[in-house]
Amino acid sequence: MSAPALNASVPALGTARRPRKFTALERTLDSGLRVVVVRKPGVPLVEVRLRVPFLSARATHAARAAVLSDSVLTGTVDHDRAGLAAAVQRLGGDLGIGVDADRLQVSGNVLATNLRGFLDVVADVLTGATYPAKEVVAERERLVERLTIARSRAGVVAGEALAKRMWGDHPYARDLPEPEDVQAVTAAQVRRLHGDLVRPEGAVLVIVGDVSAARAADLAAKTLDGWAGAAAAATRVPPLPSVQPGPLVLIDRPGSVQSSMRLGASALRRDDERYPALQLANLIFGGYFSSRWTENIREDKGYTYGPHSGIDHHALGSTLQMQTDVATEVTGPALLETLYELGRLASLAPSTDEVESARQYAIGTLALSTATQSGLASTLSSLAGVGLGPDWLAEHPRRLAQVTRDEIAAAAAEFLAPSRFATVVVGDAASVRGPLAALTPVV
Amino acid sequence: MPAITLAPHAIKLPSPSFELVHAKLPNGLRVVLAPDRSAPVVGVSVLYDVGFRSEPEGRTGFAHLFEHLMFQGSANLEKLAHFRYVQSSGGTFNGSTHPDYTNYFEALPSNALERGLFLEADRMLSPRITEENLANQIAVVKEEIRVNVLNRPYGGFPWLELPPVLFDTFPNAHNGYGDFVDLESATVADAADFFKRYYAPGNAVLAVAGDLDPEETLRLIEKHFGGIPQRRVAKRPDFGEPPLTAERRATAVDAHAPIPAVAVGYRVANPVRELDAHLANILLTEVLSDGDASRLQRRLVQGDHLVTDVSAYLGEFGDPFDERDPTVLTLTAHYPDAKSLDRILRAVDEELDRVANDGLDAGELDRVRTKLASAMFREMDAVISRSLNFAKFELIFGRAELISELADRLSVISDADVQAAAASLRPDRRAVVELIAGGAA
Repeated sequence: MSAPALNASVPALGTARRPRKFTALERTLDSGLRVVVVRKPGVPLVEVRLRVPFLSARATHAARAAVLSDSVLTGTVDHDRAGLAAAVQRLGGDLGIGVDADRLQVSGNVLATNLRGFLDVVADVLTGATYPAKEVVAERERLVERLTIARSRAGVVAGEALAKRMWGDHPYARDLPEPEDVQAVTAAQVRRLHGDLVRPEGAVLVIVGDVSAARAADLAAKTLDGWAGAAAAATRVPPLPSVQPGPLVLIDRPGSVQSSMRLGASALRRDDERYPALQLANLIFGGYFSSRWTENIREDKGYTYGPHSGIDHHALGSTLQMQTDVATEVTGPALLETLYELGRLASLAPSTDEVESARQYAIGTLALSTATQSGLASTLSSLAGVGLGPDWLAEHPRRLAQVTRDEIAAAAAEFLAPSRFATVVVGDAASVRGPLAALTPVV
Repeated sequence: MPAITLAPHAIKLPSPSFELVHAKLPNGLRVVLAPDRSAPVVGVSVLYDVGFRSEPEGRTGFAHLFEHLMFQGSANLEKLAHFRYVQSSGGTFNGSTHPDYTNYFEALPSNALERGLFLEADRMLSPRITEENLANQIAVVKEEIRVNVLNRPYGGFPWLELPPVLFDTFPNAHNGYGDFVDLESATVADAADFFKRYYAPGNAVLAVAGDLDPEETLRLIEKHFGGIPQRRVAKRPDFGEPPLTAERRATAVDAHAPIPAVAVGYRVANPVRELDAHLANILLTEVLSDGDASRLQRRLVQGDHLVTDVSAYLGEFGDPFDERDPTVLTLTAHYPDAKSLDRILRAVDEELDRVANDGLDAGELDRVRTKLASAMFREMDAVISRSLNFAKFELIFGRAELISELADRLSVISDADVQAAAASLRPDRRAVVELIAGGAA
């Protein structure tokens, strides 16, 4: 037995093994549905993601889309609500629907041997959802209750205020619908929306799991052959406005023990050649634990449990989003340190160590997040949402490996400059207005 | 010799088998290896057999605070070094504190396996706990509690509100996140005592899953952990409490919640010693609340429109295999009408009576257990969750292999077993906490 490992040194890294290259089978069906399948053994399951474009400029859209999403599984021509859920359970499956400004997503997983049955259920929902009036009314009420609960959270209030600040009256600012708009939605309107937009043309079906790619693609073609047509021409959605920084928006939450701080600015799309540099710049600022922001306001000063900065990708553009919840009494100092760290990275190049750490983290965590069936399926689906294919994923580690320190400094100077950010704070205004106003104009 | 007869209801569930290698170091550290070379990633997990049930009176929240301190530097590592070594290797890390154990883990590219083992061994040997780091992490934990509990509707509901009503003894009843006064009273000496008492190698399980060669990995484990001195491991007390015999009720006011909520808790079978009864309880929770075909969704949400949502689960945080005796079967619901609580409870009792007296529908149990088995496989796909699960089953149940056997064990639980589970959830055995919506408009 060796002696206790005092004065031991940290082991060097071994030789990296490259992840096994996956092969994606891509096929476009006659209906216009694009199917992407990756065989990925592991656990005996298959992950399914169907992404249907759902962007609309109509003022009524967010509320109708939310009610549609909540009631699409409440009945089909073949099944009632419980029958549908029982059918999925019987297959060892899970099926859920989600919606945001960009897309409606059908997500699920099932025992690999039951993929066919699962796709039959999905097809039944896509072509035969009936939206029984009784169910739609009940789901409408539940949605209003859930929205009330969501908006009782400071972070949700801050996120909505930031979206409004960044995007004004663009549909992206209306991710959560208003209760009165939800109350007004009828089953007939939801059925019409389904008929207009739940169409295969432009949709992408991703299947990943313990299944032969050719067989899965054939099954998809066979089971979904009754789903046809193009979406009704939607009202044209305007491009995203450029973010106007303006004064800090302070929203009063009387007596709040914390302030929820959110900052946002426009970012680069994933297919921009400067994107890898911005990705690493964001990590260095606040995108992982070993970042300047976390080491400063958490590990040095104890102002917060977890600051985080990330890049969100939407169909119409990408954004930098930063969030932290800090104790009320240190709200001013926390903003000061945040602006300082943004300004420092925008003004001075990061160290070589910081660059290499962020680079290895980005490459390593990409491999980790795509090492599971669900992780790979979700990643491929979200890439498809911005028009990127599996090859982007395969090539991204090489792009990250080649980014230079100068490119990162240039991306930081342009995109992380504190003067670019819209800022929202939700907190006890009586306590925090003065300290915040000392640093920046506040409205 | 007669063929083995399966119970008539037995269905065949796929049962992925994992190759497991066990070892025990002379200092008592238990090791489980689960090689799988399909992707160049590994999961490294260390579980210590101490959770918030074991923290001393006057030091609520200490087990969790101590978990934070384990990241603040160690024998050979300065503050921040742990995070930086893991992440600059392309990996992720975390830790979490549970009623019966505390875990620390890294997901790493497999070329960083030895580094991960070194980092865990270094803090098992000696965490570096200073006054400055303690003060810093007390501040961080207070912000964690503010963001997750104090500034959040339904924060900590019901895991902080239900135990003091359902249980009588300090280990089970107290606030595991910690009282601010207790957290602020914590000292470096407390941390040294806690480490000495609970963080011995003989009180821990190390599990490594993924892209590894078992022989080489055992050699590396011996190299890095073998030198950590053996220390005496105190016998863990039995924290069990018998089922209630009379209903208990309490209220809690949530200043931010816009609508009321309720939590109903029952002390149920010992998961380790009465595993089959525990599995029947798990299946019952799925029958009650998993998905739109479940009993309580149909009755309370779709039928009576009494609640916005309803959920039934085992284990403090919804993982039925996460704790030893005593464990809890919990029902929670949010509901819009503050005056409907008694109707909700009556409907729950009626649904439990229906299961107990009329049994299950044809095929109901099979579909529920098929779904459950599928969800358990899914949980095992990521190497990091695999290493955490093997370590957890080794620690709590004494056998990591049990994971692979669960599908078979579930397939022989009968309708009658689930009926019996439902029959035992009598009103006089429950604790009910009504959350009053202080934030109602």
